[in-house]
Amino acid sequence: MVGRKKWYAKVVIIIALVIGAFFAGFPVLWMVRSSFLPNPQIFALPPIWISDTFSLDAYRAVLTNPMQIRFFLNSYLIAMLVVVFTLIVAILASYSFSRFNFKGKSFINTFIISVQAVPPITLLIPYMSLILFLRIFNTYWALILTYMLFTLPYAILMLTGYMNTLPKDLDEAVLIDGGSRRVALWRILVPTAIPGLVSVGMYTFMLSWNEYLFALVLTRTNDMRTVPVGINLLMGQHAFEWNQMMAMSVLGSLPVLALFLFFQRYFIAGMTSGSVKS
Amino acid sequence: MKARAKQIDVFNRKSTPYLYLFPTLLLMLTLIVMPIIMVIGYSFFDNVIVIDSPEFVGLANYISLFQDSTFWVSIRNTAFFVGFSVLFHLILGMTFAMLLNTRYLGNLGKAVFRVIYVLPWVFTASVIAILWRLMLSPSGVLNYLLESFGLIAAQVEWLSNRQFALMSVTFVNIWAGYPFFMISILAGLQGISSDLYEASAIDGANAVQQFFRITIPQLKPILISLIMLDFVWTTQQFALIWMLTGGGPINATEMLSTFIYKQGFTRNQFAMASASAVVILLICTAAAIFYVKVQKARD
Repeated sequence: MVGRKKWYAKVVIIIALVIGAFFAGFPVLWMVRSSFLPNPQIFALPPIWISDTFSLDAYRAVLTNPMQIRFFLNSYLIAMLVVVFTLIVAILASYSFSRFNFKGKSFINTFIISVQAVPPITLLIPYMSLILFLRIFNTYWALILTYMLFTLPYAILMLTGYMNTLPKDLDEAVLIDGGSRRVALWRILVPTAIPGLVSVGMYTFMLSWNEYLFALVLTRTNDMRTVPVGINLLMGQHAFEWNQMMAMSVLGSLPVLALFLFFQRYFIAGMTSGSVKS
Repeated sequence: MKARAKQIDVFNRKSTPYLYLFPTLLLMLTLIVMPIIMVIGYSFFDNVIVIDSPEFVGLANYISLFQDSTFWVSIRNTAFFVGFSVLFHLILGMTFAMLLNTRYLGNLGKAVFRVIYVLPWVFTASVIAILWRLMLSPSGVLNYLLESFGLIAAQVEWLSNRQFALMSVTFVNIWAGYPFFMISILAGLQGISSDLYEASAIDGANAVQQFFRITIPQLKPILISLIMLDFVWTTQQFALIWMLTGGGPINATEMLSTFIYKQGFTRNQFAMASASAVVILLICTAAAIFYVKVQKARD
């Protein structure tokens, strides 16, 4: 009796898993399929699933277009610089939170947590005048500074949590031996905290790579646009070259997908401990 | 001499933690706190940014905002969008996390399904928007599938029909956002001690009772944080709506975020846009206060 009930349960769960996989994965399959088809066949009915007209033409068109290459270079450059700067600033801040007791610590900590809840769109209008005032409108710096603001609160909370788990003896031994704080932090603590740094770095990269609203508003010329804005620009310029838009979407999603697959373990552990339990 | 050196030493030791925090605080004060003060200020003036010496108008912007019917439509749409997004993110996230946690699946199977389930989450808003515009177009694959299963009689214009647009946009956002819930809940599920389930099984509890008496109470802190974060994120969602429908047809999918953007950047009414931005800020601040309290209660 019990064995039979278990057998049913197993079938139900497997069916549910497959339905779920269809819901999550079908649109992605559809995107990849459409990127390989010639444009007129994309809307063919009944739909074409696999075809001998599959080709890499759309990818070739995207990758030989200098403007679209520029979008990718911009996105890579901005995302990587944001990762570097966010990590440096966050390491300093979390060292302070993790290893010192000082007046206002709890207030500043609460302040940083609440910054996470400030809706970026409310900052948009005054932010625009500040960026113009700083004379960095339509430059990489406008986007780098902005993305640092978005990623820092999470990065600090997460890294503070991580450093709290590292024994204090580790870096205090350096101070007792007459070493400086700089050595204790950068030579001892930072190398030990690499798993935490990887997780924060990935989150930072993903956020910077994917951001749309500020990339749209704070840049004006095509040579400063990033991939998300560029994909949407394609929509207008190419009069619905669906296969090229899908190819660009696949190419634009690969870096984040690759990062996710390689660092899944770090990432899930980091994300859940940082944003949910911090 | 010695006393003075000691004083400097004490000062150094006291200022060190603040020095480490200096870059963070400098950035946040100039680029977050200052804009917040500025946006609140803007909302009380007329013609800000466009002319050099705007005139103080008190609450006039708020009064004309509250008399604008599009504003109320966008509030209603935002409430629908946020309410159903958060609800279904929770339901789907919970369902998929429980499915992935099943003992009927080997480790490899779990890993494969986890990657598939997480997929929607790695895509940026413009990719999601373009992909779903392709799938939801009248001659697209979704209509084909629904028609061949006999669920619809004629092609539906999911995104350009006023009746369906808000529903479709919400659906796409649900698809795009549940993996965050799923991953966090999955981590939470794995943290629940199996002793609890074994003990309740001995007491004769069935699976449904276990779910409501053990799983939900154990996950409660995680769930509250997730709901708060998702509420704030979804309230300000701009990119997806902007690229799916642009707030249209007419204003069927106008949200607070697209409303602000249009007022500011297509109509140059920055003062009015600031007043609506302050409304979003107030809504999210209320959520944030609650969120911080929950966080602190758990520390």
